[in-house]
Amino acid sequence: MRLIIQHATIYSFAEPQSRLVQLLRVTPSSYAGQNVVDWQIDVDCDARLKAGRDGHGNETTMLYVNGPIRRIRVAVAGEVLTDDKAGMVGGSPEPLPPILYTRPSPYAAPDRAIAEFAAAALADAGDPLGAMHALMAGIHRRIAFDQAPPANRVRTAAEAFAADKGSYLDHAHVMIAAARSLGLPTRFVSGYLFRSNDDGPRRAGHGWAEVHVPDYGWIGFDAVNDHCPDANYVRVATGLDHGEAAPLLGARTGGGSEYLEVSVSVTAPEVTA
Amino acid sequence: MTERRAFDEIMGQGDEADGRPEFAALARWIRETPLGELQRRQAAAEAAFRTLGITFAVYGEEEASERIIPFDIVPRVFTAGEWDGLQAGLEQRVLAINAFLDDVYGERRILSEGVVPAELILANPQFRTQVAGARPPHGIYAHICGIDLVRTGPQDFFVLEDNARTPSGVSYMLENREAMIRLCPELFEMFAVRPVDTYPDTLLETLRSVAPGHGGNEPVCVLLTPGHFNSAFYEHSFLADNLGIELVEAADLEVDDDFVWMRTIEGRVKVDVIYRRIDDDYIDPLWFRPDSMLGIPGLISAYLAGNVALANAPGTGIADDKAIYSYMPEIVKFYSGGEARLPNVETWRCREPEALRYTLDNLDKLVVKLVDGSGGYGMLVGPTATAAQIEDFRAALIAEPHRYIAQPTLALSTVPTLVEQGVAPRHVDFRPFCLTGTGGVKIVPGGLTRVALREGSLVVNSSQGGGTKDSLVLAPPRERQAQSQFQFQGRG
Repeated sequence: MRLIIQHATIYSFAEPQSRLVQLLRVTPSSYAGQNVVDWQIDVDCDARLKAGRDGHGNETTMLYVNGPIRRIRVAVAGEVLTDDKAGMVGGSPEPLPPILYTRPSPYAAPDRAIAEFAAAALADAGDPLGAMHALMAGIHRRIAFDQAPPANRVRTAAEAFAADKGSYLDHAHVMIAAARSLGLPTRFVSGYLFRSNDDGPRRAGHGWAEVHVPDYGWIGFDAVNDHCPDANYVRVATGLDHGEAAPLLGARTGGGSEYLEVSVSVTAPEVTA
Repeated sequence: MTERRAFDEIMGQGDEADGRPEFAALARWIRETPLGELQRRQAAAEAAFRTLGITFAVYGEEEASERIIPFDIVPRVFTAGEWDGLQAGLEQRVLAINAFLDDVYGERRILSEGVVPAELILANPQFRTQVAGARPPHGIYAHICGIDLVRTGPQDFFVLEDNARTPSGVSYMLENREAMIRLCPELFEMFAVRPVDTYPDTLLETLRSVAPGHGGNEPVCVLLTPGHFNSAFYEHSFLADNLGIELVEAADLEVDDDFVWMRTIEGRVKVDVIYRRIDDDYIDPLWFRPDSMLGIPGLISAYLAGNVALANAPGTGIADDKAIYSYMPEIVKFYSGGEARLPNVETWRCREPEALRYTLDNLDKLVVKLVDGSGGYGMLVGPTATAAQIEDFRAALIAEPHRYIAQPTLALSTVPTLVEQGVAPRHVDFRPFCLTGTGGVKIVPGGLTRVALREGSLVVNSSQGGGTKDSLVLAPPRERQAQSQFQFQGRG
């Protein structure tokens, strides 16, 4: 499927900032099932961009701006061709072995409640793949999807599991923590989702979990939608949790409050036309 | 009980009044110097340290207090032969540590060949994903290692810990020596002691050698401190002074275009090498803990781009992790091709069921340590523990065995030490500082001797009532003349 993505992030600052430094992970890679035809990062001020790569193989972009600056708009746009692989991930750059993703991470450390939830799912399903589908469905039922963009502070998996509604980050982190409590390598994926019944731009991107299932390899599980990623999904960055895969992390010198505005639109010209 | 049978480094194992023949003069000095005089000199040294502000903060106390680490006036001495053996072993060890780091953050040959379980490295939070696949300038990771050694007999040295992150204590090596030369000059006439005051120059040379690229200009090196609230701040400022480099905090540095710049009144200066005394977790809020106020946004990007050398490199903690420690003999052999010259202390990995069973059966005899603990916290010393402490540890071990290792209670060597009742043997350990640059490994002949001041105690950590001593390394007999002249020239 041909997907057109437009993702704009606007920061407005109450006080002029003397410097901005941002770490972006907004550039998808091409591999089997995902072909990036065109991709651009556009910044509306005098910024210097430096491309790099992190330990997970994600493309990174450092953004440096000297102030004074009161507002910055970082716009990412491109076109990606996707195939439906029923959630299976193949041929993506994998510099780190799966076993690395068994370790707990700050946002996705399992607590006792999550571990019990996961153990029950495994006991019912009998095999890891079935257990992952059961976990995905269970989290989908348990945590209602909250349309609002994630709060300033990302919740931990334990906090999210105790809440009755949450964002895609919460669903993904609970899924990650649950699968890890069973010893399965699991990671966070940030990316985009095309929804055919879309009602206009969204205020956040998307994210889900990937589990390395014995005999299958990496498989995506999107607990918000109780669905394994298909041709509607674009993978951008992976990490142990959101902290290592977030599209944009920033630091600024200048103080005062900030206002964040995000607009994400994913369209499929052949489908919508 | 252990302490009566322990090897005394000056007095030996026997009952001879003069102890080991090579140190007979020191034994006489201890015996013949009036106690009041030793006490006076020790008090003078401690007063000087207090004036200098060589203090440390003790964690976990109700009143966070600034204390000086007690100083002991009786030095510890190594013969030239003992030092040669140590030096060869240390050099082999730190070369292996650097080769190991280059491997695990690169090809991971040691994992694919099954020498170390892959899970132990990759699933360990000390293996930093942020810098996986990146190689520091010149491929050197652990530029400064403080290897903790213990001794149980004349030839029996063991590595207790490989401190490959931001080891501290070298200021005590230098300050203790200054105090000893001033207060006990006769000892330096008695013995040809090799100088330690070459350390700052050697460290600076090491730091400069690992600057990225081969630019014509002299590399700019700085020392990055978390600030004056840090327990080792005195050492940070002391070293910066002695190296003649800037002492900076996060606010003094900025990253631009993936290069690091220092703000000065004359404008921005590009920084090539950062001797950082901030832990990985706090060094860059974009790549590590986002709540860190001590870090520099983008510093890791500059490192990944190869534009700055960080000493030590991010991620070296995987080499001194207590869970990895027990594999060090295999690691040394894998990279050096030979047996480890400095052995490890025998270690039971409680993650292994048999080792756990042995540990639980022998808790009253063993030292049990948290794999991720430090500074003597989270540690059980079986022979001196109360029944309640042992039961607490038993429960903790059963709950999370993978977090613990156990070691035998060693009869650590002793050195005569000035205590209230006079001079008495106290247990010691030793931390020499090994510097690795493009010119190879350099070890200044000396180090930090820590002494457990409480009778029979084996815990030497400063946070647990330990003190320090000067550590004298003797020149080979034929060099004696030249060395002692140098010593006096150097000190006027």
